[in-house]
This record gives sequence, structure tokens and C-alpha cells, in this order.
Amino acid sequence: MKSRSQDQSLTDSRELDRSYDPLTGNPPSKPSKRTIKQRFLKLLPCCRSGSNPSVTQRSVADDSELSTVCYRPEGIDRLVQQTNFSKKELQVLYRGFKNECPSGAVNEETFKNIYSQFFPQGDSSMYAHFLFEAFDTQNNGAVNFEDFVISLSIILRGSVTDKLNWAFNLYDLNKDGCITREEMTDIMHSIYDMMGKYTYPSMKDSAPKDHVDSFFQKMDRNNDGVVTIEEFLETCQKDDNIMQSMHMFDNVI
Amino acid sequence: MAAGVAAWLPFARAAAIGWMPVANLPMPVAPTEKSKRQDELIILNVSGRRFQTWRNTLDRYPDTLLGSSEKEFFYNEETKEYFFDRDPDVFRSVLNFYRTGKLHYPRYECISSYDEELAFFGIVPEIIGDCCYEEYKDRKRENAERLMDDQEDNKDAKLPNMTFRETMWRAFENPHTSTMALVFYYVTGFFIAVSVITNVVETVPCGSAPNQKEVPCGERYTVAFFCMDTACVMIFTVEYLMRLFAAPSRYRFMRSVMSIIDVVAILPYYIGLVMTDNEDVSGAFVTLRVFRVFRIFKFSRHSQGLRILGYTLKSCASELGFLLFSLTMAIIIFATVMFYAEKGSSSSKFTSIPASFWYTIVTMTTLGYGDMVPKTIAGKIFGSICSLSGVLVIALPVPVIVSNFSRIYHQNQRADKRRAQKKARLARIRISKTGSSNAFLHSKRNGLFNEALELTSSTEEEQRLSKSTSLLESQHHHLLHCLEKTTVSNHEFVDEQYYQQSYLDAGLQNYPSRSPSLSSQDGMTGTCCTRRSKKHHTPLPNASAATHMQPLTHTHTHQQGLQELSTIHIQPLSTSRSSLNMRVDEPAPLNCQSSQITTAIISIPTPPVTTPEGDAHLPAGPAHQNVVKVSAL
Repeated sequence: MKSRSQDQSLTDSRELDRSYDPLTGNPPSKPSKRTIKQRFLKLLPCCRSGSNPSVTQRSVADDSELSTVCYRPEGIDRLVQQTNFSKKELQVLYRGFKNECPSGAVNEETFKNIYSQFFPQGDSSMYAHFLFEAFDTQNNGAVNFEDFVISLSIILRGSVTDKLNWAFNLYDLNKDGCITREEMTDIMHSIYDMMGKYTYPSMKDSAPKDHVDSFFQKMDRNNDGVVTIEEFLETCQKDDNIMQSMHMFDNVI
Repeated sequence: MAAGVAAWLPFARAAAIGWMPVANLPMPVAPTEKSKRQDELIILNVSGRRFQTWRNTLDRYPDTLLGSSEKEFFYNEETKEYFFDRDPDVFRSVLNFYRTGKLHYPRYECISSYDEELAFFGIVPEIIGDCCYEEYKDRKRENAERLMDDQEDNKDAKLPNMTFRETMWRAFENPHTSTMALVFYYVTGFFIAVSVITNVVETVPCGSAPNQKEVPCGERYTVAFFCMDTACVMIFTVEYLMRLFAAPSRYRFMRSVMSIIDVVAILPYYIGLVMTDNEDVSGAFVTLRVFRVFRIFKFSRHSQGLRILGYTLKSCASELGFLLFSLTMAIIIFATVMFYAEKGSSSSKFTSIPASFWYTIVTMTTLGYGDMVPKTIAGKIFGSICSLSGVLVIALPVPVIVSNFSRIYHQNQRADKRRAQKKARLARIRISKTGSSNAFLHSKRNGLFNEALELTSSTEEEQRLSKSTSLLESQHHHLLHCLEKTTVSNHEFVDEQYYQQSYLDAGLQNYPSRSPSLSSQDGMTGTCCTRRSKKHHTPLPNASAATHMQPLTHTHTHQQGLQELSTIHIQPLSTSRSSLNMRVDEPAPLNCQSSQITTAIISIPTPPVTTPEGDAHLPAGPAHQNVVKVSAL
């Protein structure tokens, strides 16, 4: 008894206020409340209704079902055809993927978690969110192995145009075909957030905005306030720095 | 960076595509892998059980044995696998750590063997997962307590240089160390009992003269009781002062519980002496006598159970506090209720709420004296609720206290049992150690015996006598032989009995005051002893060996060593020989009553001896190096 801290004796008073379940320590789960009410209603013959209880029960079951559903990728041969990876590379990738996500699909939380481990100093959650949106081509809130590997294939093994297309897709948050200033500002903020506070020289608050301005100045040819895919591709292909940086992906895997 | 996400590094690097088009500067050149190795399966053979895993899996944790190049030391070229001569069951957990990133502690595994395996494979135990960490920590703490108990026992050992004060303190703390301490222990115990009984008997009414009323014995035999009291207080005072003198830290001693009890036990007497027979203060003086009963607490030095009880109560302070608090709450509630319930009834004993406290306490502890009972119906209802709840409230914290007491008590029992077993264990360990040194001597004898036989006559049976020693043994013996040869005058290892015996003889012969007839043999014994000391002095590794060559002092020291031999019973590290080495500087009074006397000494002539020396007691001269004595007990 001595090992239990004093704090616990104070927090346990919550159970008297019914703010949490004393057995599990969680807020009282809604289904149990509903079942008690249902049980009471069942006792009253006039209130007995057939459909309501089953619907609520099904939703509970659905939730638990979703979490245990396993996504399995299609055959490895098909993936070899769809991507530019060899069979062995796909095997290595899948092993790492499956190890981290046994259920076969990554959700946004895991995405953010994984990404934040690579950037411990700053806050990479916004950028990870944008990435997730870009990876999740089917827009179902989960990235399965096929999405993952197809995107990786484009980034790492695709042609320069494909890569630039993918980058444009990443920037275009609402997927309407053009990058507005607001979208670019969001992206820029997320990138600068990843750096964190402790930089040398220290970050000015206007740095992202300045960067966005310079980006638009470079990319926006017709000065209409948005960058379209053609402008983007054109500018990037003419820029040596960017072309040179593309070689960074040559031997990632 | 958690190694589990090392697999995601390609993804993270790919995600950098988002930065490039906005970057103003070109990206730095990416590092290239010098040898692009395909991921391969590697075989880990752990004591015959083969584990296979990908190389990448092991590379996740590069600061461990398996993840670094350290495992190349264990690579077996012929079978193309890594062989580890370790426990395969524990290795399962180790390998699973690489696979899943979580280290688990199997409950059936011994904690120290697990720790050793982790240390071997270079894994820090702190990364054990939450699921198993508590269990691991508990087991580790238990083990540490057990080891600490063992270490504490070693403190009982008598250190060589103890001042009188330290000896006294040790005698007080551990009565078993010497007879004096034991006597003192029993005497104080006896006097505590006498004092307590005196206090009790003092108040018993003794028979009186028919006209007078009964008086207690204390008033009838005042002088006798006073003398008894004085005697006891004298003893206690002396004891307290002696303890105070011997304590290593007087300030800490004075603050300790036992010393406070001692002081409280004897103080009333002195206060009574000091105070005059004044009417006003005599009342207070009488109450001071109550404190004499604290003498009974002095028994806790004598009884371990009492100490455990006290320790338990101290460690359960929070439970006891809770018990008290909840009881107080319940008492107040029920007293109030009873008071208002009984207010209506006439001639009710429940005159006020504090008056009802007494009823509530008596009821809740189920005593039920019956001096206060409720008369109204409401009172009776609430009274019954009170008694029922009393049982519950008291019964709840009590098991916790009981379990604490039981745990501490069993711990103590275990410690005692281990102490008793330790002596037997150490004796066995000593035997095995002397066994290994005897093996050397035995092989030497056999070897020399063989050499002698080869020169004389070699028959099949005698050759069979040569003990087939293992390679390890023979190398070990060679090493000891080299050490012998290194020393200045070719000292040799001899076995314990002969050593003791020889020094016993030398002691008897070299102590002139003991037997006058020895004086004529001085010259002889001098050389005898010199030679003997040269021969049988165990080789000291340091150069100070030269200073110990004088026979007299030499003998003295070894006699002292003999004495130490007989009294050393708990020396876990040393054989007799090394312990003698430690005590070489201290001369001590001779103890010639050593009990080990060999009955016969046979000397075997060695090959280079030209003149055979058949004399049993005189060893060969220094020129003859390989004299070996065999003593038969």
C-alpha cells in the first residue's frame, strides 16, 4: 500500500462523482449506459422496440470489427508490375511495413508518430498530415501497402516529371489543380515547424511568409496568384538546383 | 531513434520530395552505400538450437553484440554460422527484442541468469517493456535484498585491528560473538525480568495484621523493594553508560529508540532520589513510577519477534493511520446519531455526544460492557448498525498489517536459515578449494615417484600409478611449479597438515622458556628451523619475504597464523595459506596447543640425492630441493 502515491487517493474521488469507471479507469463507456437503459426499457413492455437496440449494438460491433480487419495486399507479382521495384525490394519493404503495422494499413496517427521520430526537435505533425493526404490516394483514412509502395515507387524510381507531379499533388491540398497562396503558406509553415525553435540563426516569424513570396515569384508566371501544374513543371525543369536535388532519391532503397 | 522505425527510413527520405521544389539551395549529396548487400538470412547457433533471422533485423540495434561487428568474433567459417555457447531459452527473448523492438522478461527465468545473458549480448535491461518491467524490478529488488542480507552477515566477522571500544560495541550488538557478551546479555535480561516482576509484585496486597487494612507489599517491605529497585537501576545505568561509551556514533546512539527506552526506564528512579519528600510533588512522583513499566521494552533487544513487531508497526504506519482515521469518523457519526436518538428517553446515560463516544467505541469493537445501553427503538436500531459497521471497519486494514508482519517475519526466518546454511556451504567450498591445491601436491608426488621408479625399475604396475591428469590440470600444476622455482630459495607448496605440524614442532623447539632441554638443541634447531622455514615458508609474492627469514619471529608469525587457523571459521575467500600470508606481520603469543599433529612423516628420497636421508624429522639440506613430505593422519 505504501507504494501507491498520495495522488491516487485524491484522483480516486472521481469515482464518487461518476466521472470515470473505477474498474478500468476510463470514462464510463457509452454502450454500457445504453445497455442499462435498454435493459430498463425492455422491462417495460410498452417501450419494447425491436430495431433500436440492434442498431446500436451493431455499431459497437462494427467499431470492434474495423479495428481487427486486416488489409492484405494483392499478389506480389502484380505489385512488381505496378511499381518499379524488384521482388526482393518489395519483400524488404513489406517486412518493414508489416512489422510496424500488423493490421496491414497505416492510419494517420501512426503516420504522424513514425514521422515525428525522425524529427524529434520540431513539430512534424502538419507535414505528416499533408503527406498522409498525398499517400492516401483512395481517401479512406488508411494507407495500405499498395498505396504506400506505389507512391514510393513514383518518388524513388519514377521519372522526373512523375516526381514533380507527385510533389504538386502534395502541395495541392484540395486537389483542385492549382496551388493557392494559402495552401502554399500552410505547407511552408508545416515545413518550418519541423525545424523547431532551436535553430541557428534563429527563425524569424516572417521567414515562412517570405519564402512563400519568393516561391510564388519564381513559379507564378502569369501572376494570377495561383500556380498551376504547367507553371510548376516548367519552372522546375528549368531550375538546375531542383533538377540536381532530384538525384537525391537515386539510391534510397 | 527507435530501431523499429529504421525500416521506415526510406519512406522518410522519400517524403523529402515535398521540400525540394521550395528549397532555394540544392540538396546535399546523399550518402551511398559502399557495399550494397542484399538482405540475407543469417544463422545463429545457440548451444545447438539454430535461430535464423535477417541480417537487417539484427542491424536495427547497432550498439548491441548482435547488431555490431562484435558478432564476427563468433563466426564459424566451416558451418557458416554464428555460434554462441549460451542459454538458448533466454536467447529467445533476446532475439525477439530485435524482431519486435520489445524486450520481455520471462517469469520462469532466474533473474541473475537473465541479467547475465543481457549483459553478454550488450542489451540494457532498462528497455524491458512495460508489460514485464514491474516483475523484473520486483525480482531484482528481492535478489538485491537477499544479497544484502548475506553481506550484512559478513559484518559479524572479526576484523583484525579492533579497538577495545569496537570490540565492546560488537559484543553488545551480537551476543554470540564471545562468552562475555553472552553472559552480559543473559544478566541484563534477568535483571529486566526481575525489575518488571518487582514492579508488579509491589502493588499486590500482602497479608496484614488483623486490625489494619490490607496494604500492598510495596508499603510493607519498603526497604527490600527499594534495594531491589536500586540494584536493577544500577545495572541498567551501567549498561547504558557502557553502551554509550562503545557506540561508534554517540549522537546517533542517543537518538535511537532503544537508548531512549533505556533512559526512560531509569530516569524515574533518579528523579525520585532528587525530589524531596514533599507532599505536593509526591503525587507527581507516584505517576512517574508508571514509566518504570517501560523497562519491559528493553526486552526487545533480547527478542527478535518483538523487534519485528515494532518494525511492522512502523512500516504499516499509513495503514494504522487510516484505521484510526476511519474509526474516528465512524465514532463521531454514530455518537452523534445515538445522542440524538436517545435524547428523548428519560434517565438516559447518553448525556452528551462525548459521553456517547464511549458507547460507540465499546460497541464498534464488539466489547459491549453494558454500562450504557440504548433504550429507545431508534437508539437500538442505530446501535445495531453501529456494531455491524464496527466489525467491518476494523476488519479492513488488519489484513494488510498482518501480511506486512508475515512478510517481514518470513524474511527474517529466511535470513536466519541462510546464515545457518552458510557455514556448511563455506566449509564445503573450503574443502573443494583445498582439494585443488592438494591435487597439485599429489601430482608432484606422483610425478617424482614416477621419476624415481623410472630410474630404478619400471614395471607396468608402477607406471599405471601415474595419474592421468587432464591437460588443464597439468598446465595449472606447471604454473605453480614455475612459481615455486621463481622464489629465491626454491620454496615449495606443502599441504596444510604438514605445515601446521612442522611449525608446531618448530614452535616447541624454538621457544626456549618452554622447555629447558631444548637449549642444547638450539644450534641444531636453529638450522633446523631455518632450513625448515626456508623450505616450507610459502612463497610470498613480494620482496618483503626476505625480512621474514629470521626463524624466531618467523615461527611466531606462523604460530599466530595457526591460532588464526583454528578460530577462522567464516573466511569465504582464503585457504589457510593465503590467510597466513595476510597475517604475517603480527606477532602474537604462541599457541602451542594446536590440535593437529601428524602421526608419521615419511620422506621419499629423490633422484638427485646422493646420500639418502631417512630421518623422519630432519628435512634435507637446502641443496636438496625436491624433498616431499607425506603426512598420514
